[in-house]
Amino acid sequence: MLPPSVCRLSKEKQMSDNEKIMDSDKDPKVSTLSDLPEEIPNELPLETGILKRHAMIERSATLLMVLSLLVVSIGGIVEIAPLFYLENTIEDVEGMRPYTPLELTGREIYVREGCYTCHSQMIRPMRDEVDRYGHYSLAAESMYDHPHQWGSKRTGPDVARVGGRYSDAWHMDHLSDPQSVVPESIMPRYAFLARTPIDGKHVEDLVKTHRSVGVPYTDEMVENARADFKAQADPDSDYDGLLERYGDTANIGNFDGQPELTEMDAMIAYLQMLGTLVDFSTFTPDASR
Amino acid sequence: MSDPENKKPIDDVTGIETTGHSWDGIEELNNPLPRWWLWSLYLTIIWAIGYTIAYPAWPLINGATEGLLGYSTRGEVAADIDAREAANAERNAELASADLATLSDNDALYRYAVSSGAAVFRTNCSQCHGSGAAGAIGYPNLLDDDWLWGGNHEQIAYTVRHGVRNEDDDDAHYSEMPAFGEILDKEQIPPLVEYVRSLSGLEFDAALAEVGADSFADNCTACHAEDGMGDPEQGAPNLTDAIWLYGGDREALTHTITYSRFGVMPPWGGRLSEAQVQAVATYVHQLGGGEADPDPVTD
Repeated sequence: MLPPSVCRLSKEKQMSDNEKIMDSDKDPKVSTLSDLPEEIPNELPLETGILKRHAMIERSATLLMVLSLLVVSIGGIVEIAPLFYLENTIEDVEGMRPYTPLELTGREIYVREGCYTCHSQMIRPMRDEVDRYGHYSLAAESMYDHPHQWGSKRTGPDVARVGGRYSDAWHMDHLSDPQSVVPESIMPRYAFLARTPIDGKHVEDLVKTHRSVGVPYTDEMVENARADFKAQADPDSDYDGLLERYGDTANIGNFDGQPELTEMDAMIAYLQMLGTLVDFSTFTPDASR
Repeated sequence: MSDPENKKPIDDVTGIETTGHSWDGIEELNNPLPRWWLWSLYLTIIWAIGYTIAYPAWPLINGATEGLLGYSTRGEVAADIDAREAANAERNAELASADLATLSDNDALYRYAVSSGAAVFRTNCSQCHGSGAAGAIGYPNLLDDDWLWGGNHEQIAYTVRHGVRNEDDDDAHYSEMPAFGEILDKEQIPPLVEYVRSLSGLEFDAALAEVGADSFADNCTACHAEDGMGDPEQGAPNLTDAIWLYGGDREALTHTITYSRFGVMPPWGGRLSEAQVQAVATYVHQLGGGEADPDPVTD
């Protein structure tokens, strides 16, 4: 320890030199009890090694930041990392498939219009939810969702299993003017979807984008994306290839009842698929999940 | 800090030890934390440890620890559902196999069917048929006695179970009115509209209706019958009453005849249990318009 006089002297010297003080012992602003027994010190005594090192952390913003980040990420590592290596995170279920190009486009419209701000897509494992909406959602059912549409805010009902519950015409009526079929509804109108034609110009890129984040689209699916996009909304088209690639769960139809292919077609195709992919007749829930 | 040399100074005014920090002469008193607070903290720590032992918590290599209590969310919901099913098992079994035509003789079961059917209806059917079952344009009103596919108990239950014109159930009701815009000339349609209006007592153009009568006889009677009373076997609506599914004004009728209509109802047999189908059919039947059941076949 430096005697007080040295400390005082060096303070002026160091201030004038304006040099960086690496050693806390030499910091003129710090006086400890052992330095100045007759005065009240302005810093905790730097007697122990840990406190000395702590002073080092407090004096280096970068080190403090790096170490804080490390501490904070422990929580993340414990909670998130196991989900990536545990095999039972996403259980094997029959029927999950990548979305067809038309459904995927409908999903983009769903996200664009912010449907998730009122509708969740996650039926929680509780009796009343299962009674109202159907089987509780499985992690596997949103494994091709980027991003997922779970949510916990339900201004409107959950739509995780809305597929097949209503006719295409109902969706057309309901999206165009919700109050025409559900007078109590506060949902806004989306009639403009039926007036907005789409041609699938970028649908191949969309499929590729989803493939790049891990959705198992095959080369064949990518190549035929635009053709499949159009075929699904036209019951008179040659849609055998589409069914071969995506399976029988792909609904074919003129969803909005108009000759033109519009955003409404894509939207209804997406909604009619929701929750219908997993074959629950072959599903046995694993309780410890 | 057992070293007596490092003993922290005592604040003169309060007589309490200071932390040793001083900023511009202002010192910080080293008051201990309140005991109750400290012990609450220790208790929550102990509770947390116990909690992670009792319930599923720590992720390991092949899965998370299962917890001593053997709790699982899925187990809980399954148990909840089973408990409710078990409580109603007897009634549901009875209802599932009941003859709906004579159900009202069994007062307790009938009331159970009506009230549980009302719950099923509000959850699953009200989106199209309305929460009060009054329907909407294109979605039939179930309060009246006008039935497209028959209105006795068994017919209603069949329609609920298999639906109408859907592709999911091979037993669904099916019929398809032709789009007469593709069959008739454009000028043949207004007379038909007038004739159809005349059938149900709406204001109509007599001269045109006369022309339309012939055209009706040629094109429409196979399904709607010669008198326009319709045919529940084919889901052909009765045109002589004041009830219109898609509207009875000239514009709506012209659209119906030109492009036809194709109302779809999904099948509910897969989504609802047999007891629920029976219950909702009973509920719909007693709303006001239910038709008499046929006499039981005696062999």
